[in-house]
Amino acid sequence: MKLAGFLLLFAGWCLVLTALAILPSAVARTGFVLAGLGVEILGLVLAARTHRILPEERG
Amino acid sequence: MTPLPTSSLQPAAFALCVVFILLAPFAGIGLALINTGLGRSRSAGHSMMASLSVMAIAALVYFVCGFAWQGFPGLPSHVITAGGKSWDWIAAPPFFLRKLDLDGSPASLAVWLQMLSVGVAALIPLGAGADRWRLSAICASTALFAGWTYPLFAHWVWGGGWLAQLGANFGIGHGFLDAGGSSTIQVVGGLTALSIAWILGPRRGKYSSNGMPSAIPGHNVIYVLFGCLLALLGWLGLNCAGALLFNSVQPGRIVLIAINTILAAASSGLTAAVITRLRFTKPDASLTANGWIGGLVASSAACALLKPSEMVIVGIIAGALVTFSVEWFEFRLRVDDPSGAVSVHAVGGIWGVLALGLFAQFPDQKADQWLAQVIGIATLLGFVLPLTYGLNWTLDRFRPQRVARDGERQGMDLHELGAEAYPEFITHTDEYSPH
Repeated sequence: MKLAGFLLLFAGWCLVLTALAILPSAVARTGFVLAGLGVEILGLVLAARTHRILPEERG
Repeated sequence: MTPLPTSSLQPAAFALCVVFILLAPFAGIGLALINTGLGRSRSAGHSMMASLSVMAIAALVYFVCGFAWQGFPGLPSHVITAGGKSWDWIAAPPFFLRKLDLDGSPASLAVWLQMLSVGVAALIPLGAGADRWRLSAICASTALFAGWTYPLFAHWVWGGGWLAQLGANFGIGHGFLDAGGSSTIQVVGGLTALSIAWILGPRRGKYSSNGMPSAIPGHNVIYVLFGCLLALLGWLGLNCAGALLFNSVQPGRIVLIAINTILAAASSGLTAAVITRLRFTKPDASLTANGWIGGLVASSAACALLKPSEMVIVGIIAGALVTFSVEWFEFRLRVDDPSGAVSVHAVGGIWGVLALGLFAQFPDQKADQWLAQVIGIATLLGFVLPLTYGLNWTLDRFRPQRVARDGERQGMDLHELGAEAYPEFITHTDEYSPH
């Protein structure tokens, strides 16, 4: 799950870069940049949740 | 040997720049004192020793390869073309500052400033790893930070990289802007601090079995508050020198930058004091210090662009954000960050970067500067955080970064340095003994 969180973070950034590279319309580009940031926030939440487990719980 | 092409500064700008670069080390001194004061007394010597080591390693590694990756506008860089646009990814000057005339040109002044800035940024994670991060691991992590993580992002913002060119290449605002380093220094350092706190885990005794945190107060509030005052000097240096070198502001604008920096720290620190007074009946010194530094951090990006009244608002919001996020990280996310480095530098820095997009007005009335700033924030979260976490995680696989259990109990001073910072006093209680 930890890896999935960081992969989502990176995937969100790739979405932002792709929007810049291939979308000429300002509106579509803005939408995809915000969508990419949304994906990153999901990744951040996932990464934070997996790190909430205490060392004692890890065994 | 053909020197690399460089331009020159006006004499007044050059003189001012030199003065402000001389002030920049105070930011590092301030952070070192804050990190030490907010840690335990039995790790105080270790904290200061680590700070000195970090500044030394950061400067050396930056000299060897850091500047070669970061570069400066006008110096060679690697560019790829995708989607019909050019993307400047990484600088290409030779290692060891070869072919660069250190003669007072903007590029040479940038080397001087950045050699100090990278040390300041590398000090930030020390606060998050206090009382449990081994000295050798700190040195190795700093080498990766100063040699790779920091220069790469700094190239994109300050070295003429693709983020700086968002305006010219993609028509988005004026490109990503950050005069004093809210993103390049503070958020990059803050996200590395988050990675370190995650990898090391909390200090023993910090969380009970049901996940409730216990308070482990800092051992010397005088260090912390004195560090805040010194940090103000350092930030004046970072913001003013950064704006002269990277935003090419006119020397007269230094007055606005200095006033904005002071106002942001003042409003943010006071906001933190008021919030803690209202919530806990007495103002909390360590959170007020965090608010003060959070205001400085937030001021850096837009210090040359906002009006003083706008900067006061930025400072007030920064103070509130830092105060609440310290608690949120500790209670909700169970991140043990003794000095609040993640909240102050990552949260405060992201707010500073965004505030520029929301408040700054330009003569050409372009309205989408906020989008350029959001793309920069997305790059910090989506690229810098996974990169810095991955590098430190790999380092941890080779040799654990966290000190052995015995070392933590004994204190980092005795365990790693063989001598305590305060040998004649026992000023701590042992949270291992039953109450």
